[in-house]
Amino acid sequence: MSEAPLLELTSVERRFRVSGGLLRPRREVHAVNGVSLAIGRGEVLGLVGESGCGKSTLARLMLGLLAPSAGDVRLAGTSLALLPRKDRARRVQPIFQDPYGSLNPHRRIAAIIGSPLVVHGIGDRAERRRRVEEMMALVSLPPRLASAFPGQLSGGQRQRVAIARALVMRPELVICDEPTSALDVSVQAQILNLLQELRRKLGLSYVLISHNLAVVEHLATRVAVMYLGRIVEEAATRSLFAAPRHPYTKALLASVLTPTPGLPLPEVAIEGGYPNPLAPPPGCPFHPRCPEAMPLCRDVPPTASARARAGGGRVECHLYAGAAAAVGQ
Amino acid sequence: MSALLEVDGLAVEIPVAAGTLRAVREVGFTLDRGETLCLVGESGCGKSLTALALMGLLPRRAVRRARQLAFAGRDLLSLDEAAMSDLRGDRMAMVFQEPMTALNPVYTIGNQLVETLRRHRPMSRAAARDRAVEHLERVGIPAAASRLCHYPHQLSGGLRQRVMIAMALICEPDLLIADEPTTALDVTLQAQILALLARLQRELGLALLLITHDLGIVAHVATRVAVMYAGEVVETGDVAAVLTAPRHPYTRGLLACVPVPGQVAPDAPLGTIPGIVPSLVGEVAGCAFRERCAEAVAACATRHPAPVTLGPGRAARCLLLEGVSR
Repeated sequence: MSEAPLLELTSVERRFRVSGGLLRPRREVHAVNGVSLAIGRGEVLGLVGESGCGKSTLARLMLGLLAPSAGDVRLAGTSLALLPRKDRARRVQPIFQDPYGSLNPHRRIAAIIGSPLVVHGIGDRAERRRRVEEMMALVSLPPRLASAFPGQLSGGQRQRVAIARALVMRPELVICDEPTSALDVSVQAQILNLLQELRRKLGLSYVLISHNLAVVEHLATRVAVMYLGRIVEEAATRSLFAAPRHPYTKALLASVLTPTPGLPLPEVAIEGGYPNPLAPPPGCPFHPRCPEAMPLCRDVPPTASARARAGGGRVECHLYAGAAAAVGQ
Repeated sequence: MSALLEVDGLAVEIPVAAGTLRAVREVGFTLDRGETLCLVGESGCGKSLTALALMGLLPRRAVRRARQLAFAGRDLLSLDEAAMSDLRGDRMAMVFQEPMTALNPVYTIGNQLVETLRRHRPMSRAAARDRAVEHLERVGIPAAASRLCHYPHQLSGGLRQRVMIAMALICEPDLLIADEPTTALDVTLQAQILALLARLQRELGLALLLITHDLGIVAHVATRVAVMYAGEVVETGDVAAVLTAPRHPYTRGLLACVPVPGQVAPDAPLGTIPGIVPSLVGEVAGCAFRERCAEAVAACATRHPAPVTLGPGRAARCLLLEGVSR
């Protein structure tokens, strides 16, 4: 019998009711729409997509902070809904984007890092202090900062505090929601290296949510591309970057600007802006912006088909439905 | 003939509780029509304050000094506020990072475009309105005429940034300063907006000063680049030269930090610049980068490096380039 994946999402949906405007009926947004994903132990799943695609809602579903409207999120085979809140928090932890907003400005660094231990009633005072010191050393925070307040720290140091707090309970899975987008490039590189090193040392798994594809390529082992609440393509990182299949993935990859001079600005094939999630287009949600759209795409939503390539994965696009190998070069 | 914009020895000082913050210390560059100069650097390096100093939009308590600050043959240092505001929006214009805070939320975009135009050009409201529509079309806004009665909050982020650009260019300025114009946008929109700026620059022969922290943007749009660190330009030159053969240790460090798809092995660490940016309050002795620099020598702590000319239009501020041996 094969072991259950660390985290498994099966046809997960999440709908929100939003105001339709003054005196108009409330409307529903399908923020996450039929997402199935599995994250194995030691894996780093990169989740990419533009603002409003449902990345952060999906992150909150994975953390158990939101309950799915339909479908199931299972942690090592057990549904998150059945796990007591503390058990869940012990095993899955978040790291957020903004190290300025996610740390209580009135508490000292040691107290912030140690607070999960207090909440879970672990160890006595001396034991907790020892574990906080150990965590600070692990994320390379100098011990003198233990009694400092967040306001006295730089952005990079604050993100290290957030990482230490997330890891002090030794979770199995860490959900990193844009962990470096508030940081400068030189600090971003330090934090990415730290995340990489901690994964090796502690055997962690990550879900890495980022709009920065270069960051995802560097850290992730597998990548899922999200558009309007759906995973439109998923594959091993190398395979996805070498041979993107979905036209949306292709456009995203083409938009990455590398610091190599002499290249022209990419011709972004997709036009227009992101559709209104309250009124998603019929058929394939990407068809109004898709350079390869066919008549079929306007009416019929595509279903997932296997990517015809070593490394597996799947793509949700009519171009690859059925005879995937024949269409996809 | 002299360049459109000539900046030499620009300094911006801000009094703070602990003393004087020397946010911009020694900035100099020239910019001509048809050129794109990228000011690149990390937060706090003084790139945005440099732009605000050029526009005369510094906070009131900030002090601006310069050996030279000339725009189209006029000495900006000697202009009073009235003369500056005649110039601003007309000959020199600016686009900001966050269009939602730069556009006035209580006026329609039509109103804001028409006001800008009529502030500088005597013309009827109807004529100004026609020009506004024309400019909205030029920045690629569909159904431009119907957008005039919209308020900023009714537009998407990408459209708002296009409106900002249309507003900045409505008087057909000579110089456009764009401060992180795409940082708030998604990658696909970023590419669209950068392509738009590049096209408008070609069509109008603009001088474009683009401020960014993103070396990817620099590589794709700049003709020349000035790398800033701790309030100084530490390296400047042709974009290809600076990015492929950087001479200042900071530029080299910055380039090593950027993950590039397909270039760094999945398990290899990225390059880093250890430490953090020094405080610029009070006197800054020696080279401001020395504490983070792997190549620093004893002299770096005491001697302030002067720009060393490395070729035409190419210079860097580093004692090692002055021939100080290790």
